[in-house]
Amino acid sequence: MLRVDPIQEGIVLDHIRAGMGLRIFQELGLGEKNLTVALLMNVPSTKLGRKDMIKITGVLDLDLTKLGLLDPGITVNYIAGGKVVRKVKPGLPERVIGLIRCRNPRCITATESYVTPEFILVSPETKEYACSFCGERVRV
Amino acid sequence: MRAEVALKGRSFINALDFSPQEYEALFALAEEVRARPRDFAESCVGKLLATLFFEPSTRTRLSFEAAMLRLGGKVLTVADPQTSSVAKGESLADTIRTVAAYADLIVIRHPKEGAAQLAAMYSEVPVINAGDGAREHPTQTLTDLYTIRTLKGRLSELNVAVCGDLRYGRTVHSLLRALTRYPGMRFFLISPQELRIPDPLRDELLAKGSVFEEMEQMEEALPYADVLYMTRVQKERFFNEEDYLRLRDFYILTTDRLKLLKEDAIIMHPLPRVTEIAYGVDADPRAVYFQQARFGMYVRMALILSVLGVV
Repeated sequence: MLRVDPIQEGIVLDHIRAGMGLRIFQELGLGEKNLTVALLMNVPSTKLGRKDMIKITGVLDLDLTKLGLLDPGITVNYIAGGKVVRKVKPGLPERVIGLIRCRNPRCITATESYVTPEFILVSPETKEYACSFCGERVRV
Repeated sequence: MRAEVALKGRSFINALDFSPQEYEALFALAEEVRARPRDFAESCVGKLLATLFFEPSTRTRLSFEAAMLRLGGKVLTVADPQTSSVAKGESLADTIRTVAAYADLIVIRHPKEGAAQLAAMYSEVPVINAGDGAREHPTQTLTDLYTIRTLKGRLSELNVAVCGDLRYGRTVHSLLRALTRYPGMRFFLISPQELRIPDPLRDELLAKGSVFEEMEQMEEALPYADVLYMTRVQKERFFNEEDYLRLRDFYILTTDRLKLLKEDAIIMHPLPRVTEIAYGVDADPRAVYFQQARFGMYVRMALILSVLGVV
């Protein structure tokens, strides 16, 4: 079996839905940062069956809103001295600013391009967000 | 608490921006204005209202302008955006920031949904939404509730039948959301299948415990309605002329159908009407839509006084 050594200082993104690891790696721009990163795919998991994981050595300011939006089931483990010192489950963010664009052609954000789109979570069950300008709903 | 205390400096973008208590304070002030208009004839001397209408409107703009003029204030207006700097490609944000430098209050109508909210974000003076696409028209809701409260004597325990275009009609959406906040309201939602209320609104009403029935035949609701709210099928909301023409004449309130309506019911309409209310109905004492338009001016006077914090 493939083994990746535990890290001493850094972040472990655990419980990533299998198949989402590469997307999260790209969205966080981990390839462009000068950090040692391991992307593990299809790791056996008692909870999920299969999961992806990302291990990052070093200090990184993560966008938890973006992570929660990409995969609300993810767990972020902050590691120091080889131990988990903080565990965060971002979940679906209540408010998303600038990450989703409104698809309603009648929305003011469609023509006024300087406006930062803002979406509010309206249904965690269906993962639906509503545009705070026009009310248009999107599923993430 | 008087309305002007709580509402001074605030924008009015969505019908639910104000609480039922704040609505009540506005209604109380509108009552005072209606009873003693001379007492308020100079309340807004030295104040300037800007009306920016990026979409055609006659009655709403005139209603706001009449309201301001009756309060002694003055009005700046852009009634035709083709003659304004918007035609040169100026952003809405810049237009608003400029106008806010001249006026004490801005009233905006715009074809894009969310435009009034954007305007409020960039304005240093209060912004009142006079209609943003198919989304909101909160001062119509204020007018409607004030009319019901005044003519029925209460905003509770009423059967309200809403008829026509319930899908695209923004006044209907705001009205239902606002009335749901009062106890004992029951709604009859009368429309053809294609123009039923949108699913998100239905979910919202259900989640708030609203009591309503959806139906196609207006005759089913007429004997029970305390308020019959008629709406027009709006041509500008359709992409297809054929669909518009087919649905336009689906419901017409005639003097024959009026026989089914309770003696003390009221018939409302946000106006303008097209074919949905026969002219013969106008003479019936239950037809209150022109009175409703007048009430709209008084309640807008109360709103202007309140957000400007004068009186």
